[in-house]
Amino acid sequence: MASRKEGSGSAGAASALQGQRQSRRCGGLGRQASADRRAVQYQMEMMRSLRHVNIDHLHVGWYQSTYYGSFVTRALLDSQFSYQHAIEESVVLIYDPIKTAQGSLSLKAYRLTPKLMEVCKEKDFSPEALKKANIAYENMFEEVPIVIKNSYLINVMLWELEKKSAVADRHELLSLASSNHLGKSLQLLMDRVDEMSQDIVKYNTYLRNVSKQQQQKHQYQQRRQQENIQRQSRGEPPLPEEDINKLFKPPQPPPRMESLLIAGQINTYCQNIKEFNAQNLGKLFMAQALQDYNN
Amino acid sequence: APSLGAAPAQLRLQRHHLRAVRQHRPPAPPRRPEPRGSGPAVPSPPARGRSPSKARGPRRAAPHSRRDSTASLRTTGEEGDAGTVDKHSVEVTNCFSVPHNESEDEVAVDMEFAKNMYELHKKVSPSEIILGWYATGHDITEHSVLIHEYYSREAHNPIHLTVDTSLQNSRMSIKAYVSAPMGVPGKTMGVMFTPLTVKYVYYDTERIGVDLIMKTCFSPNRVIGLSSDLQQVGSASARIQDTLTMVLQYAEDVLSGKVAADNTVGRFLMDLINQVPKISPEDFETMLNSNINDLLMVTYLANLTQSQIALNEKLLSL
Repeated sequence: MASRKEGSGSAGAASALQGQRQSRRCGGLGRQASADRRAVQYQMEMMRSLRHVNIDHLHVGWYQSTYYGSFVTRALLDSQFSYQHAIEESVVLIYDPIKTAQGSLSLKAYRLTPKLMEVCKEKDFSPEALKKANIAYENMFEEVPIVIKNSYLINVMLWELEKKSAVADRHELLSLASSNHLGKSLQLLMDRVDEMSQDIVKYNTYLRNVSKQQQQKHQYQQRRQQENIQRQSRGEPPLPEEDINKLFKPPQPPPRMESLLIAGQINTYCQNIKEFNAQNLGKLFMAQALQDYNN
Repeated sequence: APSLGAAPAQLRLQRHHLRAVRQHRPPAPPRRPEPRGSGPAVPSPPARGRSPSKARGPRRAAPHSRRDSTASLRTTGEEGDAGTVDKHSVEVTNCFSVPHNESEDEVAVDMEFAKNMYELHKKVSPSEIILGWYATGHDITEHSVLIHEYYSREAHNPIHLTVDTSLQNSRMSIKAYVSAPMGVPGKTMGVMFTPLTVKYVYYDTERIGVDLIMKTCFSPNRVIGLSSDLQQVGSASARIQDTLTMVLQYAEDVLSGKVAADNTVGRFLMDLINQVPKISPEDFETMLNSNINDLLMVTYLANLTQSQIALNEKLLSL
C-alpha cells in the first residue's frame, strides 16, 4: 500500500507488517507519497527475500505513526479497508511517539468492524444507507488487545543488553510537567469540534432544503388540482400532468462518512485526554503526599 | 546452492594462503565503540526527521541458515548504517540476513540476494551504507576471512560482528572485529581480527520500548500485555520504591559500620534529598489545587464533548 505523510509538519511513516497473526517483522515503506505500483513492487520483493531466508513472510497488516492520537482519517479507512478486504485478519498498528516519549509505549491495534466493512464494500455513504446499517462512531473500529511474546533467545539477548548497557532509568512517566501535551491535545480537539459543527450546519441546511422542497411540491400539486377543477368547470381540457420530479430536483444529500470519522476522532481524543488526566491526578496526589511528609 | 559470483576455484586457492588468526589483545587505539539497537519483538519505526547520524532502526534476529556437514551453526548477514562514520566510532543501526552455505572446503554467499536486499533497504532509508557483516556463532573461522574479504570490497574497512547464539559460557557474547593484515612481508600474509569495544546506545523512546519488552523475561510464558494509565504510574512508582529501599539499606549499612562510607555516594544522596522542593505549605496548596482544578475541568469538558457527539448520533438516526 502507498505510505502516507501525516500530521502537521512532520511525517509519519506507514509500513507493512509481516508475520503470522503475530507481527514479527516490520519493513519501512518510507516516504513514497506516490505510486502504488512502486510500493507494491517493493513489498513483493521484500516478501520474496524474506521467504528466502526463512523468516515468516505472511502479510499481517501495516503500521502508522501518529501524533496525539489523530489517526481517524479517510485515508486510514481506505487503506485498512483494502488490507482487510484482501487479508481477513489484517490490523493497523497505531504508534504514538510523543506519548511513548512520556514514559509508556503507546501502541494500539485496530481493525474495522464487520458492519463498517459492509458499508465500505457498497461504497454508499449516504445518510439512508448509514442509518440502515446502524453504524455509530463507536462501532467503526474495534481495538485488538496487544500481547508481546518473546522467544527464549531474545530473552537471553535482552539480559545481555541489560548487563552491558547500564542506562539510568529516567522515569519520564512520573514527571509532573504535562501542560504542553495537554494543551496541544486540547487544541486538536477544538479544531475537530469546529469541523464537526460545520458539518452539522451543512446537514441541517440540507434537511431544511428537503423539507422546503416537499412543501413546494405539495403546493404545486394543489395549485394544479385547483386549476384543473376550474378548467373543468369552464369546460376546457385539463392541463397535462407534468412530471413533478423534473421540476423540483431533490438536493444532494451530504456524505455522512466525514462526520462519522470526525466523531470517531473526537471520541479518541477525549479518551486519550481522560486517560492522561487520570495519570496526572495520580501523580499530583503523590506529590502532595511527599510534601505533607516533609512538613 | 547459490555460489559466489567469482570463480570458486579462485577462492579455494586463496584459502591456502590466508590464515585467520585470532588475537586476544586488549583493545588498542583507535577505539571504535559501536552502539546497538534494541530487540525485535516489538518493532519500532525508525525515527525520521532526525539528523542522519542519529537515526536508528530495529535489529532483526538472524534465522538459521542452510548448511551442510561440519561447520558450526552460522548465519551471516550484512549490516547497514545510517549517516557518516565518525573517526572513532561507527554506528550500526540495521541489519538483514543473507543465506549462505558452508562446507569444509568452500563457502558460498548469495550475493545477488545481498545486493537486492540492500537496494530494497536503500529505498526506505537512502542514507544507509553497508558497514560490515555479522555471523552467529562463537569463533572466527577461516571462512570468515573469505567473507570478510568480500565485504571489504563493499565497504571501507568492514566490521565483523559475532553473536554467539550457541550460548557458550552461558552468555550470548557479542563481539566486534576489524581486520588487519599481518605477517612477514614477502612471505605468506595472514589476516588478524582485532577486537573492538562494543557499546549499546539507545535513544529515549527506544529505551522505553525495550523496558517493556524486558518484562517478558519475568513472566512464566514470556508473554505480557500492554498496561493502561494508572497501572503504569503504579508500576513506575513501585520501581522507585524498590530503588529507595536499596538506598535506605545502604545508608543503614554505612551507619552500622558494615560498609565503608563513600564520599561521592554521600554527595549523591544529599542531592537526592534536596531534590524534593521546599515550598511553604500554603503556596504548595494553591499550586496543587489549581493544577487539580485544571485537570478536573478538562476531564469534565472531555466527557461533555463525548456526550454531545453521542447525542448528535442519536438525533441523526431519528
